[in-house]
Amino acid sequence: MTAEASPATTRAATAPLLRVEKVVKHFAVGAGLFGHSVVHAVDGVDLVVHPGETLGLVGESGCGKSTLGRVIVQLQPATSGHVYFKDVDLTRTRGEKLRRLRQQMQMIFQDPYASLNPRMAVGDIIAEPLHNFRVARGRAVNERVQEVMRVCGLNPNFINRYPHEFSGGQRQRIGIARALVLNPTFIVADEPVSALDVSIQAQIVNLMEDLQERFHLTFLFVAHDLSVVHHMSDRISVMYLGKIVEVGTTAEVRDTPLHPYTKVLQSSVPIPDPDLEVARRPILLTGEIPSPVNPPSGCRFHTRCPIAQPICSEVEPPLERKQDGHLAACHFPGKL
Amino acid sequence: MTAVDGVSFEIERGERVGIVGESGSGKTMTALSILRLVPEPGRITNGRILFGERDVVHMTDEEIREFRGADAAMIFQDPMTSLNPVLRVGFQIEEAMAAHRRFTRKQAHERVVPIMKRVRIPASDQRVSDYPHQFSGGMRQRVMIAMGLSNEAPLLIADEPTTALDVTVQASIIELLRDLSNEFSASVILITHNLSVVASLCQRVIVMYAGRIVEQGPTRAIFKNPQHPYTWSLLRSLPRIDERGHEKLISISGLPPDLSNLPPGCKFHPRCRFRVDQCLTQEPDLDQVGEGHLARCWVLMRNVPDPEAVKR
Repeated sequence: MTAEASPATTRAATAPLLRVEKVVKHFAVGAGLFGHSVVHAVDGVDLVVHPGETLGLVGESGCGKSTLGRVIVQLQPATSGHVYFKDVDLTRTRGEKLRRLRQQMQMIFQDPYASLNPRMAVGDIIAEPLHNFRVARGRAVNERVQEVMRVCGLNPNFINRYPHEFSGGQRQRIGIARALVLNPTFIVADEPVSALDVSIQAQIVNLMEDLQERFHLTFLFVAHDLSVVHHMSDRISVMYLGKIVEVGTTAEVRDTPLHPYTKVLQSSVPIPDPDLEVARRPILLTGEIPSPVNPPSGCRFHTRCPIAQPICSEVEPPLERKQDGHLAACHFPGKL
Repeated sequence: MTAVDGVSFEIERGERVGIVGESGSGKTMTALSILRLVPEPGRITNGRILFGERDVVHMTDEEIREFRGADAAMIFQDPMTSLNPVLRVGFQIEEAMAAHRRFTRKQAHERVVPIMKRVRIPASDQRVSDYPHQFSGGMRQRVMIAMGLSNEAPLLIADEPTTALDVTVQASIIELLRDLSNEFSASVILITHNLSVVASLCQRVIVMYAGRIVEQGPTRAIFKNPQHPYTWSLLRSLPRIDERGHEKLISISGLPPDLSNLPPGCKFHPRCRFRVDQCLTQEPDLDQVGEGHLARCWVLMRNVPDPEAVKR
């Protein structure tokens, strides 16, 4: 267990690859007579990703995890806040300089059916970033495309086939090949296995781990499935309603969850072992997840938290280092 | 194309059985067959589906209409597409009862709120007149379960009932199904790709592959002592929340089966790391391997001394 903690500590000494500071992303919805309402999708997030690590970002639907991933790779502009990649603030960078940095960050999407253009041959799909960033021409393009196809476990002879000729797992490999073709250092993977059959999920998880080792990749692994996140990540951050509520190494978050929401999430995940299932008692939440249009005051989890006290609805707890060394945003950490 | 091929199983009153499989395994078609809901042009070409003494396959249209809902109720994956968006939730539950004339209109009306309370929809008295869009995904799934229960159907067939739901909501729906089946001694057939949910809810497991049952038995035997290589591999391909340290997942190579182009012999052999020559040409029978435990395999995992070491 300590073996897991030590690489993270050594890593902490090196400069982070990515630093997210006070990032806010609001969406305007429904213009009306008295102006419009605003969805607080991401509401003041600080995050650090170290070179070579996998940071898991876990939360339930609507918590803002996918939006945060998209804001980080600049697919969507942040409403406010900063995203530093290699110490350059991407939110303040424009033109050629931004393009050069963007080239080093890529994204893998959830739905391998929706994220590939059905009218483009696989070779062209994978080659597109090479053309967009003008890094290769002519025969070099084909060579590079076939090389990444091979690396991703695709038959390079299938370069002229179309997405519909491939299975879901192979399509996800195409998506990964496209993300790899520019030799990125940082990849945001947004639910990369959740649309796949169980027997295929492990293939993709193992592929991502192999690629990480081989090309020294850094991953932000966004997912709702806590089991996959535990398996993939060196560190885990837990998100609820636009806020990060807990961050720590996988061992810390697994063994000593501090935020009640983390604890609730963990207790809810079934284990493929009937003996353990007899003993598992999920902590069931009452109430619904509040609307991100009008998030609760104080701690956003207080409306559903089993141990909420009056202070929780009044004062918002900051994300801060607690006694055992990892970060949580809770007035009563570890009390549930 | 044969989507389901020679599937036989029984379910006792009050028993919860999980049917597990991937896409193309035939698990959903098996469930739809029970209610004779196989979509056109598909049809049941052979076999019997006995509910007590009655054969569903030979029921008249009138009888099958009565059977669906009154005797066997189905809960689908996506409750939003199964509920009518322009009708109040309470009215839809009432309609489910009125359709079967087991209760008078007045009785049906009076039963709605108690049933909503029974599936633990908070503030049922008020929410009875809400529309489906005013309900969250988990609450809509409760409404579907309420409709299933409304006629006191002794058999609930739940097709991926928690797949579209968040994990905290999934936990509460599993608890609800378990409590209800205990309370009413209703039988539950749970169709799912999620082995963990089966471990949590079911007493017996049926594993399907390429339209066939490849293994079935008591839940504990299936999870602790799987005999079919497919079951064994699936269990080892799952990341587990309780895993310590980092073990590489065992992945199953290849693709889920293409039903229009199935291989000869055992249908799993192209992906099986434990196959022997016989597997390529002869399809094994579903044979007894333990107490109530059947497997369709020439090899059987108990004859493989160190399965983790076998590479293919």
